[in-house]
Amino acid sequence: MDFPILTFLTFFPLVGMIAVMLLKKENVGAIRWTSVFFTFVTLIGAIFLVANYDYSTSKMQFIERYTWFPEVGINYFMGADGISVPMLFLTALLSFLSIVGSFGIKERVKEYFAWFLLLEVGMMGVFCSLDFFLFYVFWEVMLVPMYFLIGVWGGPRREYAAIKFFLYTLFGSIFMLVGILALYFTTGTLNMMELIAQNNIYNHVFQLWVFAAFFIAFAIKVPIWPFHTWLPDAHVEAPTAVSVILAGILLKMGTYGFLRISFPMFPYAVKYYAVPLAILGLISIIYGALVSMAQKDLKKLVAYSSVSHMGYCMLGMAAITTVGISGCLFQMFSHGLITGALFLLVGVIYDRAHTREIAAFGGLGVKLPVYTGIFVLFCMASLGLPGMSGFVSEFMVFVGSFNSIYIHKWIVITAVLGVILTAAYFLRTIQSMFLGQFNTRWEGLTEINGREIFTVFPLAVFTLLIGIYPKTLNIFLKATVENLVRMLTG
Amino acid sequence: MVEYSWLIPLFPLLSFVLIVFFLNRNNRVSSYFAIAMILTSMVLSFKILVEVLANPHPYEAFITWLSWTGFSLPMGIYIDPLAAVMLIVVTIVSSLVHIYSLGYMHGDPRFARFFAYLSLFSFSMLGLVIAGSYVLILVFWELVGLTSYFLIGFWFEKKIAADAGKKAFVTTKLADLGFLLGLVLMIFVIGTATLPELNKKIESLKITAGMVEENHSSKQLHNAEMTVHEGVSKHHKTHNRTGESHEVGTATHGKAISKEDAKRTLILIGIAGLLMFMGACGKSAQFPFHVWLPDAMEGPTPVSALIHAATMVAAGVYLTARLMGVILISPTMGLVVASIGTITAFMAATIGLVQNDIKRVLAYSTISQLGYMMMVLGLGGYTAGTFHLYTHAFFKALLFLAAGSVIHAVHTNDIQEMGGLHKKMKITSITFLIASLSISGIFPFSGFWSKDEIFAVAFEGGHYVILVIGILVAFMTAFYMFRLYFMTFTGKPRDQHAYDHAHESPYNMTVPLMIFALLSIFAGWWGIPWLHTNYASFVFFGHPHHVEPNMILMLISLVVALSGIGLAYLMYYKRAISPETMAQRFKPIYTLLFNKYYFDEIYMAIIINPTYRLMEILFKFDQIVIDGMVNGVGKLTLLWSWAKERFDTYVVDGAVNGVGHLSLATGRAIRKTQTGQLQTYALVIFLGAVVLIFMKFI
Repeated sequence: MDFPILTFLTFFPLVGMIAVMLLKKENVGAIRWTSVFFTFVTLIGAIFLVANYDYSTSKMQFIERYTWFPEVGINYFMGADGISVPMLFLTALLSFLSIVGSFGIKERVKEYFAWFLLLEVGMMGVFCSLDFFLFYVFWEVMLVPMYFLIGVWGGPRREYAAIKFFLYTLFGSIFMLVGILALYFTTGTLNMMELIAQNNIYNHVFQLWVFAAFFIAFAIKVPIWPFHTWLPDAHVEAPTAVSVILAGILLKMGTYGFLRISFPMFPYAVKYYAVPLAILGLISIIYGALVSMAQKDLKKLVAYSSVSHMGYCMLGMAAITTVGISGCLFQMFSHGLITGALFLLVGVIYDRAHTREIAAFGGLGVKLPVYTGIFVLFCMASLGLPGMSGFVSEFMVFVGSFNSIYIHKWIVITAVLGVILTAAYFLRTIQSMFLGQFNTRWEGLTEINGREIFTVFPLAVFTLLIGIYPKTLNIFLKATVENLVRMLTG
Repeated sequence: MVEYSWLIPLFPLLSFVLIVFFLNRNNRVSSYFAIAMILTSMVLSFKILVEVLANPHPYEAFITWLSWTGFSLPMGIYIDPLAAVMLIVVTIVSSLVHIYSLGYMHGDPRFARFFAYLSLFSFSMLGLVIAGSYVLILVFWELVGLTSYFLIGFWFEKKIAADAGKKAFVTTKLADLGFLLGLVLMIFVIGTATLPELNKKIESLKITAGMVEENHSSKQLHNAEMTVHEGVSKHHKTHNRTGESHEVGTATHGKAISKEDAKRTLILIGIAGLLMFMGACGKSAQFPFHVWLPDAMEGPTPVSALIHAATMVAAGVYLTARLMGVILISPTMGLVVASIGTITAFMAATIGLVQNDIKRVLAYSTISQLGYMMMVLGLGGYTAGTFHLYTHAFFKALLFLAAGSVIHAVHTNDIQEMGGLHKKMKITSITFLIASLSISGIFPFSGFWSKDEIFAVAFEGGHYVILVIGILVAFMTAFYMFRLYFMTFTGKPRDQHAYDHAHESPYNMTVPLMIFALLSIFAGWWGIPWLHTNYASFVFFGHPHHVEPNMILMLISLVVALSGIGLAYLMYYKRAISPETMAQRFKPIYTLLFNKYYFDEIYMAIIINPTYRLMEILFKFDQIVIDGMVNGVGKLTLLWSWAKERFDTYVVDGAVNGVGHLSLATGRAIRKTQTGQLQTYALVIFLGAVVLIFMKFI
């Protein structure tokens, strides 16, 4: 493998951004299709990555390593393993679909697509980086386009939401920086692989403190209760495609951070904090579901459901079992697909009706049978219906955490209640939007169009594929996760 | 042929997919295609039954669904005689319901979609029947629940139908939490969740625990059904196609286990079984989860017949039968299953006495009969429970379809507005009568043989309380069935207008009725205890098995059923006893029953409303406390920087004024960088990165 695939994935969208910036801003069509082209080629690159991934080993693959600042030990160091490969693919897929889903953007089109492509650079970079400096740069790079995308193209309270998102995440990043510096001054390296390899030299107190510092950064990103309040605001104000990326990829960076950094580097601290982590996961599951049920705005409902669903990730992770951590990764991937699709669908109805108030609709099933069918499909996927990916990941999380020797059984038993609460709020939503008497106010609504179906179709295919035959995803994770658990439990 | 059994569910699935994506614009093609597919499944099921009859050894085939080192979850199919019988039941009922729906749903704007849903349901139900692992059972279990949700709310413009669908889904989902937890526990304890592996494990644990003797001495297991267990363990093929070990839990991790460990493990398996039984209670509408089934009658009547009478609601009973191995080692589980079944049978029958909606009476009757099945399964009555499941499917489907035929004619569900319909619809009336006789347990109809076997098991096990309640339920069943019959088909029409417009249903509806009528009479003859190779010997994998036919018991049950019919005759045909006076005399009981023991109201008060209240409180908490804190921190920071600026301006600056312009200018310059503008910060980060990159190359 000589082709620097990871560099390509990361920087090809940057080329796209430059290309878009060179276009005339009146030439909306060219801007759109250029963006589509660049994200599509990136997606092809991601498929190439997946096809060439050797899933029999847990070693880092596609490694690219160049010294950058030998004086301070900074390297350009990229690599991918079973944890990052699915995330890279998901990033490429959702970015491409979001670009296609952004054709409805009317104002300042050029800037919008330019920022969007830069956003993809940041996301790809985070999932590829194996050097802390590089990781941190990409982590921060991502915030800037996100800030503008929410702040310029967002809803009525966009400025509040954008600033809240930016400052909150930046606040977390500071702690991450402190953690990175602490590691650097202890070991003199920023190379994550080396830091993991020598994880036995950090003493326990050090592990507990540095883990806590990273925890704040990642917990805000996931977001874990009680750090979640930026999420509903950001989601509600963000334009559709940005919400897709926010829920589909950005939240995963938190869980990814745990699995890439906190878990392998601080094995003692992980086990020490397993119960609190699981409890926070449990609270997120139940609390997120209940608050979700109280929402009147459809987008806010989906946003809170993300809090709940990411709670399963935390629970599975805290189990420190192969099945639990695999369940966490499944849930990350599956939530990206399902919630991404749900946000796209919310956008579809919002573009037409200019409202997201659940109670304002009613009986749409008569008027929009195709849209209703697709929406119900993804609601069912989200509430964990077997045959779709959500069920597999939740089931794995429960099995994995029940088999854990680190967390108590009652946590798992209580967490199962989340399933019924999720079912309750999705069914309520389906009922008040699509069933019952048709609300004649919506006589003029048009059915979901071909482009919009195109954006959710691949998501439906993967949701079903993983739900029916989860082995397709598991082969990628297996070796890496088994290695991680072996390392943690010794 | 049996190795092709995995194809059976795929025909209806194909029909579903094709209708949804291609055929839905053409009603005729959609419906005929769906019927052709389910008939294909039926033919294949018959072939498999014939083959399994000849060689009743279970067939199993598994593939790896998920695997890690040392642990895997296989998925696959398991065809034993019980599964073969269920395949027949499901495909027959489903095929006839498909045909019946041609007439019943004629002219419905979503006609093609109805057949798509029926196909999806048939796929899921057949998948559930052949599933060889409890995980796969759960998968199809939820899918049948989903199609049930769609079909109950098929006429979703009616709020009451949409509500009923939601209620069914949520109630069964609540019960399924038990199923899920039980499954998780079972995987934890024995490291796998396939049917053959579970029974094998139980067998080996029993030997280790030295419980083989002990357990058999318990009175409960001394009944005639005990041999099922030996049958299960001796005769299933022990090889395992995945070739991988299924160990995962800490309980039995590969090492030899002590006697105490084995006993503890058996107890845990019992708990897992009980939790899974909770799911069965939801699906089979057992107390206290029964509340969804009567409401589910808002769905189209063919759906009620197929899903909410004959097949899906029987899935809970089927699962419980699939857990027979656990029931036999866990007396607690047996006791719980039997008690729940008995309570349900009794409670539902009492409610059924006073309801006026023809479909709801039948719904309570279904709940009550499912209670019978659970009751006898809890007593270890494997054949009796599954045999009643088999006969019940036919006569209950017939009752619903005949009721549908009546509703089709008079456009009401209320029996108080019917009457005298026998003259107008002879086929419907006669077939309804046959089904009523069958469910009441009149010799020699199907229901007689299966009900009698239930009583025989209770009697032989010495469970006299259960036996008495069971007989009481049989009396009530005969009474409410004939109350329905007399009020609907005999006497004077109470709504002349409806009566005048009533007419017999078309052939595509009456022919299925007639076929079901034949099945309601003859299907049960397979279980006649005097036969040498009857149903019981079949589901026992060929073991000769004798329940002693108890003539006295048979006579008692017959007399009881006849007196139930007699009482209904006196009250609703002869009018010798006034029902109104009876209702008046027993007013408190009547009110209690008429309001269905207030279950809905109780659930509203103790579960639903508190959840809503909690949800409102948490949302407020989220907005005011948690987000308030976040915003508060933001405001405090602003306040702090304002105060600091003041401090800088008046105190620090005042002090440093004397130092000179240089330091003042520096201070200003630094202050400028802290603009509070995010763009500037972002720019600085970006520039910093750029500078670093350039530094490298200089």
